[in-house]
Amino acid sequence: MDQIFADAAERLFAQTCTPQLIRDAEQSHAPLAAWQACEDAGFADALVPESDAGAGLTLADTLPVVLAAGRHLCPYPIAHTLLARAWLNRARRPQTTGSIALAPVGLTIQNQRITGVNVPWVRVADYVLAQIAGQAWLLPTQAACIQPNGVHGSLDGEASWALADAECISLSTPLDALAAAAYAGLIAGAMDRVLAMTLDYANQRVQFGKPIGRFQAVQQQISVMAEHVWAARMAAQLAFQGRDGQPQPQLAALGKARASQAAPLVADIAHAVHGAIGVTEEYDLQLYTRRLREWRLAGGSESYWHERIGAHALASGTDALGYLRCALYSKESG
Amino acid sequence: MIDTLELTAIPPEDEALRADVRAFLADTLDGLEPDERARSWMGFDAAFSRQLAERGWLGLTLPREHGGAARGHFARFVLSEELLGAGAPVSAHWIADRQSAPLILKYGTPAQRAFYLPRICRADAFFCIGMSEPGSGSDLASIRSRATQVAGGWRLNGSKVWTTNAHRSHYMIALVRTSGTAEDRHQGLSQLIVDLSLPGVSIRPIQDLTGDSHFSEVFFDNVEVAEDALIGAEGAGWAQVNAELAFERSGPERLYSSIALLECWLTHCRSESDDASNRAVLGSILSQMAVLRAMSLAVAGKLAAGGSPATEAALVKDLGTELEQALPRLIGDALGRRPDVPPPLPLLRTLAYLEQVGPTFSLRGGTREILRGIIARGLGLR
Repeated sequence: MDQIFADAAERLFAQTCTPQLIRDAEQSHAPLAAWQACEDAGFADALVPESDAGAGLTLADTLPVVLAAGRHLCPYPIAHTLLARAWLNRARRPQTTGSIALAPVGLTIQNQRITGVNVPWVRVADYVLAQIAGQAWLLPTQAACIQPNGVHGSLDGEASWALADAECISLSTPLDALAAAAYAGLIAGAMDRVLAMTLDYANQRVQFGKPIGRFQAVQQQISVMAEHVWAARMAAQLAFQGRDGQPQPQLAALGKARASQAAPLVADIAHAVHGAIGVTEEYDLQLYTRRLREWRLAGGSESYWHERIGAHALASGTDALGYLRCALYSKESG
Repeated sequence: MIDTLELTAIPPEDEALRADVRAFLADTLDGLEPDERARSWMGFDAAFSRQLAERGWLGLTLPREHGGAARGHFARFVLSEELLGAGAPVSAHWIADRQSAPLILKYGTPAQRAFYLPRICRADAFFCIGMSEPGSGSDLASIRSRATQVAGGWRLNGSKVWTTNAHRSHYMIALVRTSGTAEDRHQGLSQLIVDLSLPGVSIRPIQDLTGDSHFSEVFFDNVEVAEDALIGAEGAGWAQVNAELAFERSGPERLYSSIALLECWLTHCRSESDDASNRAVLGSILSQMAVLRAMSLAVAGKLAAGGSPATEAALVKDLGTELEQALPRLIGDALGRRPDVPPPLPLLRTLAYLEQVGPTFSLRGGTREILRGIIARGLGLR
């Protein structure tokens, strides 16, 4: 089941999320047709139970979809949407159309308005599911005032809503673990592609009469990059362990922490190997590395999550090995 | 390209081994200082190894007919993880159990298996690995120790260096040249099981910067070894050594060399006032270690499925030793942020030991540069 889903996702994103579409989305052309194709394919409801017309997949089953979305830099929040729809379904507020960005932090309510200076995906999403002061809010972007945040090519933006346009939903579980898991998967997927691009380039670009990938100094850098790409992928697998479509909070935390830690390192080695061509607008690498740097901070950087994991470990009362084996997985130690 | 490492769970029947091992270690190692625990797989205690043997915990993966327990790689992972996590002194039997026994099982003659394997399982035969020589470290093609065929066996001349525990072991599995010259690279190398009590073998321990003497120099002066000292095929030593290294490189010992320090510091943090910086360092270490443990288990899964994940093992080892080496640096910095509050002495001694010995973590079992070369080959760059 999951393999069929994974192959279908890979095909769909490869066909619809072209580098041109990504560039257009960055220039404020919402990727409506691409999103519609994704919606029609049913990926957004992958985690919704079959009894509610979803695909009823497990969280781990959906990781390949998220990896594929990252690999093709899908310019709408599909990873967030599938987690958000499962969450809304559990909160008995099903949402059957439209893409949903997750904003667990960064929005505030003041003077009857909800505002955020850097709301994730707000320029391309249909809804933002935000957590504000212990409550969840579903915010339709149609009703929002949206301004670019001034970061070149960012899909995030400054946004505000009249409180009357927002719908309050009782918060069953926090949204931060959902966002953490989604970004861990996206980062791992994007890194896959960055590594592949770097290997291709290293095998093609000739200097001193041979491909630069034949030089030990270059090989050693790419090997380090590969180690971190593999670690981020394993981190994403851990982040996608959970029940009822909900990530296990500590595993989501460590998944995002490890993926965030790898992001700048992988992006920097990719550029080091590509040389100056990698930073040009016309070459696709920069689409990926810009996103990797944004996603590293999105929903909390590695230090943010490290501190949470450290606090959890100290409070757990168990030893380090016991923590690694059990507490992280919410199991009794033995 | 390198295969994906799939999240792999330890089967319940192997996980079940853990409770017994834990209980035994809690009893046996009670009172062991953290800096002694930090020595773990360098810590030599023959009596302790015999206690493990009595419980059937040596040669765990070997067939029963040879004295083993016929368990799988995951059972071995659980046992290794508990031994290293507790800082047990496992060095006496470690190499025999981890490398020599699987090698003899795979390449040995029936007579060699019948002779050596039960002795390994009883902790009556400790082994060392003779690879490096003066002038031959990572470049094993340049090995000059040579065994020449004579009536009834081999005559061995040359020397080995940085051999862990040679002065306390019964046997060495030596990689030596049996034909050709260094120009033939890896052709013509063979593995010989050398009884270290034979005339002509002399061994000198080397003291290291921590004051310990774990490794040594070994000299062979016309050592006459019997015909059946050859393990596997003549000239196939290099291929045999490489098969052996996947086991050596991906195990928990590449993740947990500094875990005694982590455990000790974790306890110390709990006794201190709440500190955001300590929490962040702790979380950083634990999240990296958790991912590495999952990667190491995934490699164990590939080994259990009969694969030879050499590239994946190299990848896990390089990342693993990086974290092992980062740990004393990070914890040292955390403790040194408060020079007005001296850390407890056992913690300080553990930190100092691991800081001093830490640089070796990325040397043993293949240097960082060699491993990254293996990964580059796996990626199709070489």
